[in-house]
This record gives sequence, structure tokens and C-alpha cells, in this order.
Amino acid sequence: MSLLEVRNLHAGVQGNAILEGINLSVGKGEIHAIMGPNGSGKSTLAGVLAGREAYVVTEGEVLYQGKDLLGLSPEERAREGLFLAFQYPVEIPGVTNMYFLKAALNAIRKHRGIEELDAMEFIALVKEKMKVIDFDQSLLNRPVNEGFSGGEKKRNEIFQMAVLDPTLAILDETDSGLDIDALRIVAEGVNRLRSPENAVVVVTHYQRLLNYIVPDFVHVLIDGRIVKSGGKELALVLEEKGYDWIREESGDVPADAHAAGSK
Amino acid sequence: MSTETSNIEELANQEYKYGFVTDIEADAAPRGLNEDIIRLISSKKGEPEWMLQWRLKAYGHWLTMKEPAWPNVSYPPINYQDIIYYSAPRPKVRPKDLSEVDPELIKTYQKLGISLGEQERLSGIAVDAVFDSVSVATTFKEKLGELGIIFCSFSEAVREHPDLVKKYLGSVVPAGDNFFAALNSAVFSDGSFCYIPKGVRCPMELSTYFRINAADTGQFERTLIVAEEGAYVSYLEGCTAPMRDTNQLHAAVVELVALDDARVKYSTVQNWYPGDREGKGGIFNFVTKRGKCAGRNSRISWTQVETGSAITWKYPGVLLIGDNSVGEFYSVAVTNNRQQADTGTKMVHIGKNTKSTIVSKGISAGHGQNSYRGLVDVKRNAVGARNFSQCDSLLLGDRCGAHTFPYIEVKNTTARVEHEASTSKIGEDQIFYCKQRGLSTEDAVNMIVNGFCKEVFRELPMEFAVEAQKLLGVSLEGSVG
Repeated sequence: MSLLEVRNLHAGVQGNAILEGINLSVGKGEIHAIMGPNGSGKSTLAGVLAGREAYVVTEGEVLYQGKDLLGLSPEERAREGLFLAFQYPVEIPGVTNMYFLKAALNAIRKHRGIEELDAMEFIALVKEKMKVIDFDQSLLNRPVNEGFSGGEKKRNEIFQMAVLDPTLAILDETDSGLDIDALRIVAEGVNRLRSPENAVVVVTHYQRLLNYIVPDFVHVLIDGRIVKSGGKELALVLEEKGYDWIREESGDVPADAHAAGSK
Repeated sequence: MSTETSNIEELANQEYKYGFVTDIEADAAPRGLNEDIIRLISSKKGEPEWMLQWRLKAYGHWLTMKEPAWPNVSYPPINYQDIIYYSAPRPKVRPKDLSEVDPELIKTYQKLGISLGEQERLSGIAVDAVFDSVSVATTFKEKLGELGIIFCSFSEAVREHPDLVKKYLGSVVPAGDNFFAALNSAVFSDGSFCYIPKGVRCPMELSTYFRINAADTGQFERTLIVAEEGAYVSYLEGCTAPMRDTNQLHAAVVELVALDDARVKYSTVQNWYPGDREGKGGIFNFVTKRGKCAGRNSRISWTQVETGSAITWKYPGVLLIGDNSVGEFYSVAVTNNRQQADTGTKMVHIGKNTKSTIVSKGISAGHGQNSYRGLVDVKRNAVGARNFSQCDSLLLGDRCGAHTFPYIEVKNTTARVEHEASTSKIGEDQIFYCKQRGLSTEDAVNMIVNGFCKEVFRELPMEFAVEAQKLLGVSLEGSVG
């Protein structure tokens, strides 16, 4: 059974259809890349999976660990192990990163019936995770994302991911706005967190992130449909030739015909 | 409207969980106000003639004054002749133990983390010998007495320390200062008096005792705090636990005096009944609070967290008379449902190199209307005066309002005055971000609101700050759960 099973997903915002029949299957231990031009629906897909209320699902279903994902609230999804690394991480003035993350982790632990961590235990965990992704301690005691540089914000997302240890992580354009060094640090963090028990969906516009996070599958999203799927080499072809050739190739062929899944 | 907005509204639409206990007082004066009533109040309290004359003079002022119409609040006209201005303290029917107390009230106490003993005291249970708050209070009082600190009820001060009371009463808020202050001066019920002698640092926050002391101070409370040269005191008013009160109109006066090098820190956490969803029955809180930095290098700080009351009209200010004196005002005001708050501060710079800091955080939810009204007044001789003001408003939902009325009058060219203001709405993005990390909407709102208020909470004594955070949580959390 796959970890995530998206079937014929249609969704939109305020009556405008954006996703028009997505099929996607993600298995444990896999890394999937979703690529596509601007406006193709990549971030919408990430938002629908995480439960952003602005999006309305009009058709289709999503199973996560065999359960109906769309029936869960955003916080229930998070507590069940779904993590979204935001394209634009949000600032929360006056709330320290440390406090925020401890509250989040304990909400998740409580949901799973695991004992909540006290301050000392939490600090020990944080120290361990900081090493994994090379995170600057000074950021811990600053308000969540407030005054962070673009790179620091993205790194903070990955740090949160490290602490919360999700089963399914969705990285929404985590590479955008990063210089090459930051990109490498973020990617290394993701790689270190990889395990046979979790999966990562990387949403990206550019191929360059995939030099560092090597995907098992690459899917091309155009006009709200996955029009082509393949292995990691597909990303290189896209980098070289752009998206237009796929548009031409796919023509009016129904998206389903090209839908891919884990083997 | 998105679900997010309606979630916030749901939070905001929480009912106050306990209604009023409407009692009929046995020994009460007839309704209305006239000289005879004032004579009655004064004689019932056994006051000396000078105190009576002071009251009568204040009454004379009051008769010539009009209720202020300028605040940005609206309420039905108050009939001052329909109010009972004196009722004798009488033994109340007390519950025997916590099992007889409204379970909702107990739940709130627990949420606020109030200890069992404290819960018993707050709910008016007759305390036994094991937890005898009165004797605890007596112990405190003895300790303070050794240092020469006077801390007693206002009535007691009038009897025991008439010279001090005569010297300072009305020296900061004159009897004719404003309509409500004049009313208070004529009919004040009781309150607290606190005197810290020269060079003495009060070793404890004057709080626990005050809570006990304050149980029956009534609607026209009067407080006077005097810190002599080099003295220090931190005073806590109010309580995070909800207050039950049958009096709708409250008009208190607080006067603080700081002499050379003295410091007074006054913190308030107020959680009165705000009225029902339509605003019916809530407390009207018209308070005059003012400090006088009379001496050089003196410092007065006001910190307030206001969550109760249907109407709040309150401008704790500081007269900066002594050279190099410092005035501070840190405020969090929450308005929910139909609550209205018009609150802020007045900083009057008179002495040289005087400094003032104003940090105001207004939170509006439901149909709440929150106004900041502040005056920074730099007089002609206030060479080198400095002021920094910051007024931030946070809106929850889309039917509430935030207003800012800053007045700045500068008559000295060397003064430097800064004003910063911001208005923000709790963003759906912020809430979604928190939820995506596993937090409930309620926890997300609490966290964001507490983060917003952090600069003010930081000024509260530690224990109070923790209570205030929880209180804010309870005020906005509500209906959920």
C-alpha cells in the first residue's frame, strides 16, 4: 500500500479550476519531484494536501496511510505526520522559534498518545537535530521567522521538519530564493532525514535542487494535470529543453494516460 | 467568508461563564446622591470632620461638572440618582467548601492555574485554621511594619495616619479633576493606602494582601501610594480570576507619589464582567489613575492588562515634575463582543530631561471597539524631554475596530517625541502555519496574541505575567472545549 494515493483530484479556488485530475502515488522511502512551469498548479497541490482552506476540492480523493486525508483538518493532518515546508514561511512576532516548535511537537505527541517532552528533554532533542542540519542556535530564541533572511527562513523550515520528524514531507519550492550554498545545506538536511519509513515530495520549478535531492520519480505538472512521469533523468531533459515539448507531446491526451505511481 | 474567519469568530463569541449574583443589600442608603448621603457615608465610616468637608467640597465640584462626551464609546445615559452610594458591609452567605461553588467558576480557576487555597478564598469560602489567609496577611503586615511601611485600607489610614492622608490625598488627582474623579472623591467607599518611608525598598510585591483586602472595596475605590526619597514599591492591583460584582458603575481613583529617587511600579490585571454578547449588564469602568514624579530621578511605571468591563475609560498618566524623572505606560486592552475601551495615557513633561515610554497593545474581537487615546505634553521648561510611543492594534475577525488618537503638544524645542503605530489582523496565513505544525486554532490564536503582547507582559512581575497570559488565553479561547 502506498503512503499517499491521489486519485483524480480536482480542486480550485473561488470557482476557478486549478487542478484537473491529478493522479499520484507515493510509497514509503521514495522521493518524488513535481515540476512544472509557473501557474501549473504545483503549489495548489501542496496546499490541498496540507489542507489550506482557500482551496475547494471538487472531485477525487486522497488516501494517506489508507485513510481519507481530505476529511481531516490541517492540524490533524500535521499530527498524522504530514509536513509542509512553506514556500513563504510565516512570521509570528513575539513567539520564539523554540517555544513554537515545542508546542507543535507536543501537540503531535499528545495526539499520538506519546508523553509530551518537558523543557530539558526538548532542548536535548533540539541540540541533536541542530547538528543534523547545521542550524544556527541564535535563530532558536528569535521570534518565528521574524527578521530572518530568505535562506534562514527556508533552513528553519527544514529544521522544523527535522524536529517534527514527519512521515510525509512536502517541500513547496523550498529552493526558491536560495543561493547555492544555502540550497546545498537545505538539501543535505533533507537527505539526512530520509528513511525507509518516510517519503518526500519536492515541488520545484527548477532542476537544480534535484542535483542535491535525487528523486526516484519526476512528474511534470502542466495546466493542472500530471502530463508526464519518469525517473530522475526526466528532470535533466526538462532543464535542457524546457516544458514546451511536453505540452506538444501530450496534446489533448487525458492526464490519466500518463499518470505514474510507485512500482 | 472562509472557515478560518468563522473559527476566529467562534473563539471570540465565547460567553462569560457566570452571571451576576444579584443580592439585595440589607443595610443600604436610599437611592440617589445629595449632601445627606455623603454625610451618611462619612458618619457610617466614622470619619473625622476634615474628611467629610473634603467629600462635600468634591460633591460641590461634581455638581458643576458634566459627564465627558468625548470618549469613543457609547452607552445608555447613567442616572446618577438611581444609584445606591452606600451599603453596609454585611456577612455574606458563604459556601462551605468548593463543592458548593459554581463548577464553571472552578473550571476557570483551574485553567488559570490558581491554587486550591486561593480558589477557596476567591470564591468566598470561610477559611479554616489550616489555610487562614487573614493570619498570613497579618504576618505580612508585621513584617512590613518593621520596615516602617504602612499598608492598610483607606478607611484605616484616615483614622490612623490622618496627617499623611491629608498631605497627599488629592495632591495628584484633585477632587475637581474630572467628572468621575469628583464623584469618587465625594462618595469613595474604601481602597488601599500605602506608604514607603525614605530609603526603604518594599521587600515583597504588595499583591496577596491586597487581594484579601480588596474583596469588598466596592464601586468607588480610592488608592493612594506614597514612596518617599529613595523608596521602591511594586504594587499589583486586581486579579486574573473573574470578579463578580453587582455594581455596574465603577469610578475609581488611584494616586501615586514618588519623591526624589523613588520608584513606584503599579501593575493591574483586570477581569471584570464584560456583559453578555449584546453588551448588557457589563461593568462601566471609569477610572482616574495618575502618578506624580515629584522628585528628581523618580520613576513611575503603569502596566495594565484589561480584559473585563463593558466600557473602559482609563488613562493612567504621569506628571513628570522632577528633573530626570521617568514615566512608563505598558498596556494590553482586549475588547470582545460589544466591549468598548477608550484607554491610553497622559505623559506631562514638566521637569528637565524627563523621559516617557508608552507601549500600547489593543486587541479587538467580535464587535469590540478599542481606542488608544494618549497625550504627550511637553511644557515650556522641559528641556531635553524625550518620549517614545508605540501603539499596536490587532484585529480578530472583521467586525471589530481599532482606533488611535495620539495627541502631542510640544512647547520646548529641545524635546524629542517619537510615535509609531501599527494595525494588523491575525492572518489566516499565520493560523494556517501553526495548524500545519499541529496546533489547534485555539492554541494558534493564543500563541499569536500572546506574542503580540509580549513587550507588555515582560513588564509584569513574573508570576502575574504567567497568569496574564493564561487569562488572555481564556478570554479569547472560550467556546472551544
